[in-house]
Amino acid sequence: MQEKVKNGGASEFKWVGTRAVRPDGVDKVTGRAKFGADLAMQGQLVGRVLRSPHPHARIRSIDTSAAAKLPGVKAIVTRDDFKDQPSEFIPAGEMMINYRDVVRNVMAREKALYEGHPVAAVAATSVSVAREALKLIKVDYEMLPHVIDVVEAMQPGAPLLHEDMITAGVEPAPKTPSNVAKRIEFGHGDIAAGFAQADVVVERSFTTKPVHQGYIEPHACVASVSEDGQAELWVTTQGHWIVRAHCARLLGWDVGKIRVTASEIGGGFGGKTVVYLEPIALALSRKARRPVKMVMTREEVFRASGPTSGAHVRIKIGARKDGRIVAAEGELKYQAGAFAGSPVQPGAMCAFAPYDLENVKVVGYDVVTNRPKVAAYRAPGGPISEFAVECVIDEIAKRIGMDPIELRLKNAAKQGTKAAYGPKFGPVGFIETLEAAKSHAHWRTPLGKNQGRGVASGFWFNIGGETSVSLLLNEDGTLSLTAGTPDIGGSRAALCMMAAEELGVELDKIRVQIGDTGQLGYNFLTGGSRATFSSGMATVEAAREVMKEACKRAAKLWELPEDAVEYKDGGVRPAGPNAGKHSPMTLRDIAGVAGKTGGPIAGYARINAHGAAPSFATHIADVEVDPETGKVSVVRYTAIQDAGRAIHPSYVEGQYQGGVAQGIGWALNEEYIYGDDGKLQNPGFLDYRVPVASDLPMIDTVIVEVPNPRHPYGVRGVGETPIVPPMAAIANAIENATAVRFTDLPMSPPKVLAALDEARAKGAAKI
Amino acid sequence: MAKHHIAATVNGDPVEFLCETEDTLLDVLRDQLGLTGTKEGCGTGDCGACSVTVDGRLVCSCLLLGVEAGGRSIGTIEGMARGEELHPLQRKFLEHAALQCGVCTPGFLVAAKALLEGSPDPTETEVRYWLAGNLCRCTGYDKIVRAVLDAAAEMRGA
Repeated sequence: MQEKVKNGGASEFKWVGTRAVRPDGVDKVTGRAKFGADLAMQGQLVGRVLRSPHPHARIRSIDTSAAAKLPGVKAIVTRDDFKDQPSEFIPAGEMMINYRDVVRNVMAREKALYEGHPVAAVAATSVSVAREALKLIKVDYEMLPHVIDVVEAMQPGAPLLHEDMITAGVEPAPKTPSNVAKRIEFGHGDIAAGFAQADVVVERSFTTKPVHQGYIEPHACVASVSEDGQAELWVTTQGHWIVRAHCARLLGWDVGKIRVTASEIGGGFGGKTVVYLEPIALALSRKARRPVKMVMTREEVFRASGPTSGAHVRIKIGARKDGRIVAAEGELKYQAGAFAGSPVQPGAMCAFAPYDLENVKVVGYDVVTNRPKVAAYRAPGGPISEFAVECVIDEIAKRIGMDPIELRLKNAAKQGTKAAYGPKFGPVGFIETLEAAKSHAHWRTPLGKNQGRGVASGFWFNIGGETSVSLLLNEDGTLSLTAGTPDIGGSRAALCMMAAEELGVELDKIRVQIGDTGQLGYNFLTGGSRATFSSGMATVEAAREVMKEACKRAAKLWELPEDAVEYKDGGVRPAGPNAGKHSPMTLRDIAGVAGKTGGPIAGYARINAHGAAPSFATHIADVEVDPETGKVSVVRYTAIQDAGRAIHPSYVEGQYQGGVAQGIGWALNEEYIYGDDGKLQNPGFLDYRVPVASDLPMIDTVIVEVPNPRHPYGVRGVGETPIVPPMAAIANAIENATAVRFTDLPMSPPKVLAALDEARAKGAAKI
Repeated sequence: MAKHHIAATVNGDPVEFLCETEDTLLDVLRDQLGLTGTKEGCGTGDCGACSVTVDGRLVCSCLLLGVEAGGRSIGTIEGMARGEELHPLQRKFLEHAALQCGVCTPGFLVAAKALLEGSPDPTETEVRYWLAGNLCRCTGYDKIVRAVLDAAAEMRGA
């Protein structure tokens, strides 16, 4: 059952708010849609990567001479083919990047820092030749001790990944290097004074494991570099302008010489916002002067592309008996993987963001370990810190005997609340999600045997950023819309709907494509829940430019001033005192006379989209715990979230449901498992178990709409928030079912059974 | 070693191809026959993105060798629509928005079609267990299961 709470009233629109069939739909149900691995170029070579089998080793030498002599080997690249880069942190959407580290992650230089770290790559005429060539490359490794766990990595004497890493954000700067890249702190008020007013204080420590985005499509690209250095790159990515920028920088080429085309993308969730194969494929193609296709195996995806951080989190919250939170404190230690740059900063910023707090402090540490470098994963950093906070909130509610939704209502952030990370919120819909949860039938339905119910909330910022869109009016009145944010979950549909709404034309008169880097100005990537927000804003602007131009052309024909013509109902007509003097002209009529009234008509918007607004969610989970096996099943789930306005409700619901499913996997099953040898033991979907259809119930959704005043249609990003609440909602539900509080993810059957047995021995378990 | 010369039927058409012993049926479909609608998500039979039918039976084409396809009748996503007319499952997937990125979609459609051919009136639980071999990371399966149940109802004339 899908419900919708209306605040805006969508009936004022013809297209916005409807469930139209997506324009790229037929291609995707017939197998026509071309994803990363689906392109073959004439004469293409096969590219393969040689990866370090060791978690930490100095690379003394690499000898490629035997491989180079193998017939069919056309190019080999190693660290010598990539120029070193200066150390400098550059903002990249929700994460920061440092090209000194990017170049080392793409191809190991001084050291291999994780099992799976690329050491060399070959391009050959066949898979078997490429495979044989990799075996012939001799790498002389000096083995070094490794460190996998975040807390161990912070200890004095831990193996150092980077001998020159001095912790940033500490005054005075430490004199000795460590694995702690950075310390950060956010907050306001007086923590000690706050805790002194508390009737109840709960302090708990939590651990979470690295989990992978788990997109079904592995990384893939085809690169072709011509004799004069013109490069073509076909790639599955969340942002092809970003790929172009990274590749140009790492290879020292002009940006304009690289044209990047985004294939259809088979899932990303943040994991396709960085480069792995792309600079290697371009470098190989430049050497071989032939196209090079590279596709990761699933095992390579797990071993060498970014999961999100595992973490150790301590949360302390104090509240009065009436439920008012008087102080909140957090300490976050996030694994970054082999290079600095975990999402600890956004994690710290959003830890307490749902609450209106006078005294709050969060400290975070970014810690390197011998694991693959983390990449963004859906609300990067947020699910980890908010999991811990939402569990402690639940415990506070229990301790003071208050309903957990009431407790949240009593402290909920609203318009004007100063967030712990600094800014004041505009209109936000958190309270509306809590009220919707409270009044939802799910919240009142009786539970069965061994079942429990939990509630948790979540927050994500959302971003805007640089965006370009073009809208061409064709000679028959149809329109061609080109956007630059890869469509990862139905955004083409939303953009067409907004364009049709503005222009007053039928939806099927607009054909939409994702343009390549040569067709539009810069576009930041699809991420930060920005695609429908930012490209939607640019689409509306481009549509309004077309409408304005249509008025201008009619004014010329009618010999009226431009402002005496208005655009209405899909066409132009004289306005004001001239109303009725000429018959209205449709957009099609205007298109037909474009040539003789001034030439082709087009709208082109190039904006830096400001005004992205946060999205809050509240989730209700029911679980059933098997007392004999410790298996936890989610038996009912309701996700309630503020969308601002749902342009296409089905795809908004889809975001909620997909985020919940990933959150359930994070909560119950998914984890990177390492042996003492520092090697990943479960690099496949058999042992890294993402939820399958039989693991899940239907996932009910409620779309709350508190419009974002900064967007022409009120859009907020919706994609990331849904993965934030599930871990805590489920932990809280398990506690409700068993009276045992779980603080370590995943809450997998062996762990749950052991904890239940321990609690039962003390008479402290409910089941 | 010389390549193997194999003759088979794909989506009703006779085909011939040359393949190495180690080439999987998936490799052959994608690289030799240009049928890239069948996807590779894992190569180990865990994700179902490469689902096809072989003599009517649902299999992961990454787990079958190309040489094993000799004389068999293979069904892929490219053979699902009839001319301009989409299969009811394809239509229902679109109506229910049962796809986001769409890379798992061909595998789900081929698997769901095989389900409905053997079991025209499945329960929700039967659909969920039949499709448990197909991974989707985007949708949480909700809309996929609804689309399959709705298509089944339509195909029964219910």
